[in-house]
Amino acid sequence: MGGSLNANHLMFLGHGALWTIGLSLIGLLGGGIAGFVIALCRISPSLIVRLLSAGYVQLIQGTPLLVIMFLTYFGLPTLGVTVSPLTAAGASLTIYVGAYLGEIWRGSIESVPKPQWEAAEGLALSRSQRMTKVILPQAIRIATPPTVGFMVQIIKNTSLASVVGFVELARSGQIINNSLFEPFLIYTIIAAIYFALCYPISRISRRLERRSGPASLSLGTA
Amino acid sequence: MNLNLDFAVILERWPTFVDGALLTLQLAFIATVLGTAIGVLGAIGRRSSHPIVSRLCGIYVEAIRNTPLLVQIFLVYFGLASLGVKFSAFTVAAAALTINVGAYTTEIIRAGFDSIPRGQIEAAEGLALSRAQIYWHVVMWPAIEKVYPSLTSQFVLLMLASSVTSQISAEELTAVANYVQSDTYRAFETYILVALVYIVLSLIMRAGFWLLGFVIFPRRRRLGTPL
Repeated sequence: MGGSLNANHLMFLGHGALWTIGLSLIGLLGGGIAGFVIALCRISPSLIVRLLSAGYVQLIQGTPLLVIMFLTYFGLPTLGVTVSPLTAAGASLTIYVGAYLGEIWRGSIESVPKPQWEAAEGLALSRSQRMTKVILPQAIRIATPPTVGFMVQIIKNTSLASVVGFVELARSGQIINNSLFEPFLIYTIIAAIYFALCYPISRISRRLERRSGPASLSLGTA
Repeated sequence: MNLNLDFAVILERWPTFVDGALLTLQLAFIATVLGTAIGVLGAIGRRSSHPIVSRLCGIYVEAIRNTPLLVQIFLVYFGLASLGVKFSAFTVAAAALTINVGAYTTEIIRAGFDSIPRGQIEAAEGLALSRAQIYWHVVMWPAIEKVYPSLTSQFVLLMLASSVTSQISAEELTAVANYVQSDTYRAFETYILVALVYIVLSLIMRAGFWLLGFVIFPRRRRLGTPL
């Protein structure tokens, strides 16, 4: 019971919120690059590449992010590789987000109508030309609403970085709570800040979805 | 990098891992059953013509879907404690997971309800079915059948997300792993093993839901394909 909530505490929470945003951007960027590679591997003409990338997606989608976090932060040091909380959290998010975005984007690429592929082939475009000039521009439009929706999942998932001691929003809430012991008040504030970060993005995603027609359900729990 | 992995020390403790996995499955089962019930009620509530009811259901869904499970778990944990009632970590974990997955299920089942063509309901009205009969036979079962794949993926994600309840020391699989690794100093092996157990659990759940689909949807059983 060390006094009551004051401006310093709120500053600390604000600082945590900034790190939540920062970590989300790292996850989005790293996971985006990984996801793009995975999406391309998933539709590769080579069977081995397709199988390996499908195996990666199955492995990651069958494992909780929390366990991936523990594995990178506590597991790698036992192999002699020491990682900072930021590196561990960023790497875990990249690995995790890459698998999910990869699947979303593979679906988007595959839902570009088949005649578009055939027409591009008929125009004697090479595979990379077909991809960059015909398929991807259309796939990006299909992929935008679910990708924006998944950004909400990324922001919420960054809260799990608190378990490896990375001081983002959830962790800064825990730290303040340890000194004030007013859990209900503090976690309500934390939840409100997460809501303020996520809700606008949810709204944008839903509006994009409505505009683009077919409703796709965005999954997620974290 | 010194690669001397020793899985034997970890595998020796297999009974604790089995206990943890069973508790994870129990949590997932409770939250799936109760979450489905909340989802059906919530979806009916969201489509209610009563503005306050549909508004409240909407607030519930948005509040849960836009905040992290970790924070929800802390809120339920400390919220129940501040009521002066002492609950076990397992009860709190099950309650938090149910509240969480209920919001996602509400949204999925509502999408299913919305996908039922108006003409079907009009036809049922023309056949003089009661409101309850229409909801049960014409809206609910076909809607759930349509969204069954999304629902089941959601429940698998829920099982994986139950790992977060280790943070309030519910003794499920991840908590067991934390304990074993702090005891053996074999963090890498422990978490690799636990990741594998989670993958197996998610495969078991998927297979289970696939079989369940044949049992509860006679059309799928007869035709071998979903709607």
